Formats: sequence, C-alpha cells, structure tokens
Amino acid sequence: MREKILTAIDNNSKLAAADLAVMLGTTEEVITSTIKQMEEEAIICGYPTLINWDKVQCERVTALIEVKVTPQRGLGFDKIAERIYQFSEVQSVYLMSGGFDLTVIIEGKTMREVATFVSEKLAPMDAVLSTATHFVLKKYKEHGLPLVQAQKDERMLITP
Amino acid sequence: MRNPLSKTVIEIQPSGIRKFFDIVSEMKDAISLGVGEPDFVTPWHIREEGIYSMEKRRTIYTSNAGLKELKIEICNYLKRKYDLEYHYDRETIVTVGGSEAIDLALRAMLEPGDEVLIPQPCYVSYHPCTILAGGTPVVIELKGDNEFKLTKEQLLSSITDKTKILILAFPNNPTGAIMDYDDLKEIAEVIIEKDIFVISDEIYSELTYGRQHVSIASFPGLRERTVVINGFSKSYAMTGWRLGYAVGPSEIIEQMIKIHQFAIMCAPSISQYAGVEALKNGDSDVEMMRDAYDKRRRYVVHAFRNMGLECFEPYGAFYVFPCIKSMGMTSEDFATKLLKEEKLAVVPGTAFGDCGEGYLRISYAYSIENLKIALERIDKFVARHKID
Repeated sequence: MREKILTAIDNNSKLAAADLAVMLGTTEEVITSTIKQMEEEAIICGYPTLINWDKVQCERVTALIEVKVTPQRGLGFDKIAERIYQFSEVQSVYLMSGGFDLTVIIEGKTMREVATFVSEKLAPMDAVLSTATHFVLKKYKEHGLPLVQAQKDERMLITP
Repeated sequence: MRNPLSKTVIEIQPSGIRKFFDIVSEMKDAISLGVGEPDFVTPWHIREEGIYSMEKRRTIYTSNAGLKELKIEICNYLKRKYDLEYHYDRETIVTVGGSEAIDLALRAMLEPGDEVLIPQPCYVSYHPCTILAGGTPVVIELKGDNEFKLTKEQLLSSITDKTKILILAFPNNPTGAIMDYDDLKEIAEVIIEKDIFVISDEIYSELTYGRQHVSIASFPGLRERTVVINGFSKSYAMTGWRLGYAVGPSEIIEQMIKIHQFAIMCAPSISQYAGVEALKNGDSDVEMMRDAYDKRRRYVVHAFRNMGLECFEPYGAFYVFPCIKSMGMTSEDFATKLLKEEKLAVVPGTAFGDCGEGYLRISYAYSIENLKIALERIDKFVARHKID
C-alpha cells in the first residue's frame, strides 16, 4: 500500500485522501494513517510546489556547484554535507560518484548573492578543496514534469 | 442519369455515434467523456523511432503482409503475453489499424448468405462490414444482468445452419466487460461442436484490471478456427498511427493478404518501424497506463454508485457502462439533455446496438481532474431529474 500511495502522489500531492482511497481500492482511514506514518518516518519529507519562476516577474538565480571535499575520519561525507545543507540558500545536496564529491544546488535572488555564498560561505570551509559553479540558464523540466502549459486535448469530443 | 450508388451501401445506416457527434459539435464549450481513444500521447521512445525511421529514408513500401521484423516481434509478443503461437511469415498480417483487419477477415471468409453472430453492445463496425462482405449479421443481445458476457445458451440459440462466424470482442467497447477463462471455455466447446469460426477482436487485451486477458485462440481446437485481431492503438496509445494486425490459420491469412495487397498495399512503413520499438521496449509504458486507467476506473464506478445509478464493475478497456433505467429516460434523451443542461457529452448505449438502451458509455480516458469536473456535472443532473 505504501508504494501504491507514493506512486499515486509522486506527481500530484493535491489528491484528496478520500479520492485516493477510491482509486486504490481501500479506505480513507488506511490512506490517512499510512501517509501519517510515512511522514513520521521521513519517507514523505514535504509537499513543495513546482513553480516556474521564469514566468513570474521575480528575479531568481539557480546554480549547480561541483564541490570537492576531504571526507572526515569516521564521519565520511555526511558531516560536511550536513554543514552545507543547513544554509537556507541550498536547495539540494547530493553525494556523487566520479570526478567530484558533492553536487550543491543553490538558489539566490541575484548572481551576486550566489557568488557571495560560494566565495564567503562554501569555499572557505575547511573540508572544501575546490568548487566549480555552473549557473542555470533555463529550466525545462523538474520532478518529472515539463515546465510548460499543458497541451489542449485535441481529441474529437466523441469517437467510437 | 443512372443512379451512381450501390444499393448495399446506401442501405447501411450511419452509426448512431455519428448522429450524436453532429449534435455535440454544435456545442462549442462542451466537455466530454465520449472519447474512444487514450488521453496519453504515444510514449516518446516510440515517437522518436518514427522520426528516426523518416530520417533514415524508410519512406517506402514494405512487403504487403508487413515488415518481417515487426511480424516477428508480434509473434514473440503474443507468445509471451497470451501463450499464442503463430508463424510470423505464414500466419501474420500487419494492417491499417484493427479496423482493417476486421474488414479483411470478414471479406476473406464470407459467402453470400453466411450468417455472422454479433454480440451487442459492441464496436460499430462489425455489422456494416459484415453486410459489405455479403454476409448476414445476426445480433445476439447481451444482458446487463450478466455483465454483458456471452453465455453458452445465448450462443446456442442463435446458431443456425447458415452461421459461419462468431465475432468476439472482449475486453469490450462499450461495456468494459471481459470474458475470463471459464466464460470462454463454455463458448469454445459450442464453437467446435457447431463447426463455426471466430473473429476475436482483442484490441483492448492489454487493458484488463486485476485479471489476465485470455484469448479464445488459446483453447485446444480453437486456433484452427480463429482469427485474432489486435493492434497498437489502445495498448500503446497509437491511434493516429493506424497500426494493427491479425494472426490466424495460414489459409485465411493468405486470403486476407490478397485483399490487403490490392486494396491497401501495406500499412504505413513509418508506423511499422515505430511498432517494432513499441513491442520491444514498451512493456513499462503499457503498465504505467494500465495503472493510471485502473485508478480512474475505480474512481468513476464509485462516483456512479454514489449517485445511485447501477454500475457493474468493468474489468477491461477504459469504459464504464452505467444503467440509467431508473431515471425514466431513454439513453438518447439522457445524453441529449445532459449535453444541453450541463454541457457534457457522453455516448448513449444505443449507439452500440439496440440492447444498449438504458445505458451510457462513459470513457475514463481522461485525467482525474477532468473526470472530477465531469462527474460532478452528471451528479447534479441526476439529482435534478431523479424520480422519487
């Protein structure tokens, strides 16, 4: 049931528990309690809204930063990742395989704000060896959803 | 001037759906639950294969019976999914949608006067195609109490000395009914005993919910007397590509290829290459779509039952077939009033045969959000017109 619920709400967290129950062939209570459990276990960690900020008159800059770090004895990468993700500017942090260690995604109001964060907060950390900052020019798709208007249903109204 | 037209063609009635379509198309802002095709777009990897095949200059005829590679994939697929074994070269033909295959099979098999049993409610083409092929359609009226399945008794009482073909179309459009193993077993025995043939339209075979589709051709003794028709339209959301196929005994398929060769030449080459990709790498797409349909199916059935309308649980296709007899209106009245008052188009059950009277075909090939809006409108309508 957990997996069924998660798949159903993965791309639409607005589905009401009553509707979900009907769609998955169970009761509203089962849905509500399973979701609550998964929230408590941090399987469901939040319900953010997918916004295309480019369409709003509101300046936003996103940057992807490749970070090389020195892992700490006994703590590996977790400690340094935690030091980084505590900053509110940081949207995502991933541990990577390959040429660098952490991918850090930053969102700021201006390019200067992002640059300041990198040069004053991120780069000076003891464990950080190097950073490479890539600014995002345009977002096309996020969380499995293209950031475009839904296309009109062009099917004929009635077909056999 | 002499009459330029064929009497046979003139006498064929335009489908009931056509009539309703004309009413609907005059309503500009109507929404609809009347569509008989998926709301999904063809999965991108399949569309991309179509584009690629054009880039590769595959813009030429294929052999009449279809691309060898596609026929091999079709046979692999039928073996893998339904335990049907056919030879790709002698027993397989690729057609322009399942519709062409229906027409070909009837034309290849019928002699003037041969009777074709057509269980209704059903898809609109079997009846006219039978007449065009010189046969005589004999309608079997399926019953709502029996969830629109064909029973042994109904079949037996419809068979005469002239009966040649039974058309089976399960999972069914418009009712959503399926026939499972036990239902088919009874029918299979009669078919052999009475020495008749079957055209089994299994276009919705991938869309069954909680039950596995069973093909009539998988029963012992039935393979020799069955033409199985299937295609890509519903399972892979490829309606516009016009790609279908038929498999069956080589003596029938050979004659179907002959007609196809003169009338059509071959199915579109671009679609055929895309079809290969669909069969090779499309299983997960089918699963995703089936899963989405299943959720909507439960949602819609639940909504109708809450409105107080009788609605049997359909296990196939993407339709529900609620009964509106308690409303004291004919199907056509209901659909017409619903359209005028709530600006919602649904198809009256009678568009699929007289025994569809008292029912509506509701398609759930729509997003949950759209279904929600539409069902609220039906709910309001039903509440307003309900007879106490």
